[in-house]
Amino acid sequence: MNHVSDPKKLKVVGTRPIRPDGADKVTGRASFGADMSLPGMLTGAIKRSPHAHARILSIDTSKAEALPGVKAVVTAKDFPEIASEEAFVGEGPMNFRDLSRNCMARDKVLYEGHAVAAVAATSTAIAAQAAALIEVEYEVLPHVIDVEEAMADGAPLLHDDVFTAGVSPKPEKPSNVAKRVEFILGDVDAAMKTAEVIVEGRYTTKPVHQAYIEPHACVASVSGDGQAQVWCSSQGQFMVRAYCAKLLGMELSDIRVMPAEIGGGFGGKTLVYLEPLALALSRKSGRPVRMVMSREDVFRATGPTSGGVVEIKLGATRDGRIVAAECLLKFQAGAFPGSPVQPAAMTAFACYDLENVKVVGFDVVSNRPKVAAYRAPGAPISAFGVESAVDDLARALNMDPIALREKNAAKDGTKAAYGPTLKDIGFVETLEAAKNHPNMQVKLGPNQGRGVACGFWFNIGGESSGAVHVNEDGTVVVVSGNPDIGGSRASMAMMAAEVLGIPVERVRPIVGDTASIGYSFLTGGSRVTFATGMAVSQAAEKVVEQLKARAAALWDISAEAVEWCDGTAYPAGPNAGEFEPLPLAEIASKSGRTGGPITAEVSVNAQGAGPGYATHVCDVEVDRETGHVTILRYTAVQDVGRAIHPTYVEGQIQGGVTQGVGWALNEEYIYNAKGLLENPGFLDYRVPVASDLPMIDAVMIEVPNPRHPFGAKGVGEVPIVPPMAAVANAIRDAIGVRMHDLPMSPPKIRAALDAGELPMAAE
Amino acid sequence: MAKTHVTTTINGEPTEFLCEPHQTLLDVLRDELGLTGSKEGCSSGDCGACTVTVDDRIVCSCLMLAAEAEGHSIGTIEGMAQGEKLHPLQQHFLQEGALQCGFCTPGLLVAAKSLLDNHPNPTETEARYWLAGNLCRCTGYDKVIKAVMGAAAELRGETPSQARA
Repeated sequence: MNHVSDPKKLKVVGTRPIRPDGADKVTGRASFGADMSLPGMLTGAIKRSPHAHARILSIDTSKAEALPGVKAVVTAKDFPEIASEEAFVGEGPMNFRDLSRNCMARDKVLYEGHAVAAVAATSTAIAAQAAALIEVEYEVLPHVIDVEEAMADGAPLLHDDVFTAGVSPKPEKPSNVAKRVEFILGDVDAAMKTAEVIVEGRYTTKPVHQAYIEPHACVASVSGDGQAQVWCSSQGQFMVRAYCAKLLGMELSDIRVMPAEIGGGFGGKTLVYLEPLALALSRKSGRPVRMVMSREDVFRATGPTSGGVVEIKLGATRDGRIVAAECLLKFQAGAFPGSPVQPAAMTAFACYDLENVKVVGFDVVSNRPKVAAYRAPGAPISAFGVESAVDDLARALNMDPIALREKNAAKDGTKAAYGPTLKDIGFVETLEAAKNHPNMQVKLGPNQGRGVACGFWFNIGGESSGAVHVNEDGTVVVVSGNPDIGGSRASMAMMAAEVLGIPVERVRPIVGDTASIGYSFLTGGSRVTFATGMAVSQAAEKVVEQLKARAAALWDISAEAVEWCDGTAYPAGPNAGEFEPLPLAEIASKSGRTGGPITAEVSVNAQGAGPGYATHVCDVEVDRETGHVTILRYTAVQDVGRAIHPTYVEGQIQGGVTQGVGWALNEEYIYNAKGLLENPGFLDYRVPVASDLPMIDAVMIEVPNPRHPFGAKGVGEVPIVPPMAAVANAIRDAIGVRMHDLPMSPPKIRAALDAGELPMAAE
Repeated sequence: MAKTHVTTTINGEPTEFLCEPHQTLLDVLRDELGLTGSKEGCSSGDCGACTVTVDDRIVCSCLMLAAEAEGHSIGTIEGMAQGEKLHPLQQHFLQEGALQCGFCTPGLLVAAKSLLDNHPNPTETEARYWLAGNLCRCTGYDKVIKAVMGAAAELRGETPSQARA
C-alpha cells in the first residue's frame, strides 16, 4: 500500500510528537552501553601497542595472571585463526580475518593502540595494573603514515599478502595499495580537448573521527553451556552477533545481543572492537565482563574515516556546460584494506548530468587505525574537491555558482557515472530553494564571504524486520530490529499509528534484541526510516486486515464489507448491514473470542531507496590577523522525500552540518615522527562547541519517494557532504584565497594569506 | 589502601559512601551509588557529559576526587525533575527535539540549569558560551539553544517571543 497519494490526509506523519524515549533521556534513566551491570561482573582492560608498526616476538602474561583479582587474560591465541573472507554484515567492505586481527593483533601490530592482550579483573584498578604487567617483546619496524608515502616504491609494507586488486595483470609484488577502482562514462580525454575553460585543483583532507560522545562499551556473559549474552551500544545487534560468532567460532544461535541505547555512532559503531574480547574473557573466567573504552583508546584504535588526496579537473564550454570531469582519489584505509574510496568515487559527480566522466581511486593501507564508516562514507572527501573546483569554474566563467550548478544539475533521467539512471530526485528543487532563501539576500561586510556547495548520497534499503502487536486494551507495541540512533523509534511509532489510524501516544516502540525480532541489517546508510519503516508499515497494514476480519466476525459479515478509518471498523456502505462502529480498543478487548492475539511481523529486503541531495549556503567572516573563521550564517537545503518527524529530520541536517564544519575548520589526526598520535583527546582534537556556531537553518524539500509507503528518503548522511566545500568557497569569497587542504585552521589561513595564494584557473 | 569515608548530600539526600583515594566523584556516582545518569565521555574534563553541581557550581565530576565531596552538596541529573514533574528545561528539550542519542543530554541539562539559576535572562550568545564546555555531536546545538532560551522565558513567566534576541 502506498499512502503518498494524498499527503494532506496524513494525521500523524509530518507532525512533531515528543519522542517516546525522550523522558528517560532527559532524566538520566536511559541505559547506555556502560550503564549495564550484572552480579559478579568483572572489568576488562586492554594492553595496547606503543608502536606504529612492530613484530610481536613474545607476550608474557604470567605476572598479570598472578596478580590477585585477575580472573582471565586473553591474547590472539585465544581466538581461532580465521581465513580471509569478505563479510557483508557491516557498512562498507570488511574481511573477517582483518576484523579478527584488528580486534586482537596476531604476529604484528599495525598501529599505535592496536590491541595485543586483554584482561578481566575484579576492579578497574586491578585490570589496569594487570594490563601494565603484561610484557610484550617487539621488533620495531619502519612505519608509514601518509597515503602518498605509503603508495611509493620502497614504502614499509604492512601486509605481505596484499596485492593491488583491480589492475591487470595481477601484480607480482605485494603493495600497500589494496585496490584500484575506476568509473568511466564517455570519453573524458577527447571531451577535455573541446573545453573552452579548464579548472584544476589538488585537495587534501585529514582523517577525522566520528567522535560520538559515548565511548564503546559492552557487557558480555557466557554461561557454562556456551550460550552467551551481550549488552552493548552498537549500530546493529545482528551485526555484533554475526561478527562475534565468526571471531569466536560460535553459532549465531548461541549469542543473544541486547541493544543498549547508543550514545552516537555516525558509522563508527558498525563494527566490533570490545565485544569479542569481552566474550573471550567471560568464557575464560566464567563471569560477566564489562569493557569500556577510554576516550584516548577511542581515538587511537577506532574509527576514523580516511584522509585523502583529491585531484580534480573540470572542462567546460564558455556558456557553463561541463563537458568533461576527472577525479583522482587516494584514500587512507588505515591498517587494513577497506577505505570508502569506492563510494567516494561513485558519488563524486553524482550531482551533475555529465557525458564524460573519469574517476579513479586507490585504497591504501598505512600504520593508522583501521577506518570505519563515517556518515556518507567517502562522499564528503571527494565532494570537497569537486565542489571547490565547481566554485572555481563559476569564477572562471563569471557565472553565479547556483546558476552554473543548475545548468549542469542531475535530474530525473540522468544517467549517473556510477551506473543507474536517476529518478524521483529533488536536486534542482534544492538549488531553487537555496537561490530564493533570504540568506542569499543578506549583505556581506569586509572579510565576509558566501559559499555554495552541493552533495549527494545514495541512501540504501536492505533487510529489515518490524512487528506490530495489539494489546488487549487497544494500545500497540512496535518492535524493530534497528538501534535508534537519532529518533527512529519515534518515526516507527508514527508510521504504525498512521496506518492504524490511532494517536501516536497509543503506540509504544521498542528495539528488539536478536532473539525477539527477525534479522535486520544494521542502522546505517540512512536506511532505517525507509527500510524498517516499510517493514513496520506493512506489519501495521496486516494488523488492519486482521482488525477488519475480527470486526467482520463480531458482526457476522464478510471482511470485505468492513472499512477501516481513524482506528475504527465501519460497515462498508448500507449493503454491509447496520452496525455500531467498532474502535480498535473494543476489537482488541474481544480478540480472545475472535481468534486470539492480533499481531503481525513483516521482514523485507527493501529496494528503491531514494537518493539524497543537498545544497548548502554558508556565510563566514575571516579574521585576517588570527586566521580564525567564524560561521556567520548557515542554510542547508535538502530533499528529504517526506519528513516523517520533521524535528528529527532538521536535527539530522543540523548535526551533519556541524560535523562538516568541524571537519572543515578544526578536526584532524596529528602524528609525530614515530607514527604516534599526538592529539587523542577532545582538548586537542577539537569538535565544534555551541559557541562556534550560529543557528543552522534546515530547509526541507519534499520530493516523495514513491517506493516508500509515505515517501521517505534517507536523511542522515547527505548533510555532511557539502559543508567542507561550502566553508572553503565562503573563505575564497571572503579573502580571495582558495584553500586546498583541510582543516582550514587558523595557521593555514594565516599562511595562505601571507603567501597570497591565488585560485587555480587556466584556460 | 584503606577506603575513605565521605559524608555528603546528593540531590538533597544525606549520603555516605566509602571510596578509594583515586576514585573520581564520577566513578563513585556511577559505580558505587548507582547514579548512572552522569556519563563518562572523556575523563579529562573536555566533554561535559559528567557535569554535576557542587554547592551550586558546575563541575566535571570526572575531574574531582570523590573524597573531595566531603561536606559538600552535589546535584546530578537524577535530582532535576521533582517526582514525575519534569523541570521546564527537560520539558523544553523534549518539545524542541534538543536531543538525538541523549548521551550528552544529562550534562547539558545540569549545565543549562546552572546557567538559568545564575542568569535567568541570558542572550543566545551567553547561552552558547555557558554551554561551550558540553560537547554534543548529534544536534549541532541549534535545538539545544532554542530549548534553553524557551525554558528561560518560561521560567521568567514570559512567552518565548518576549525573550531577548
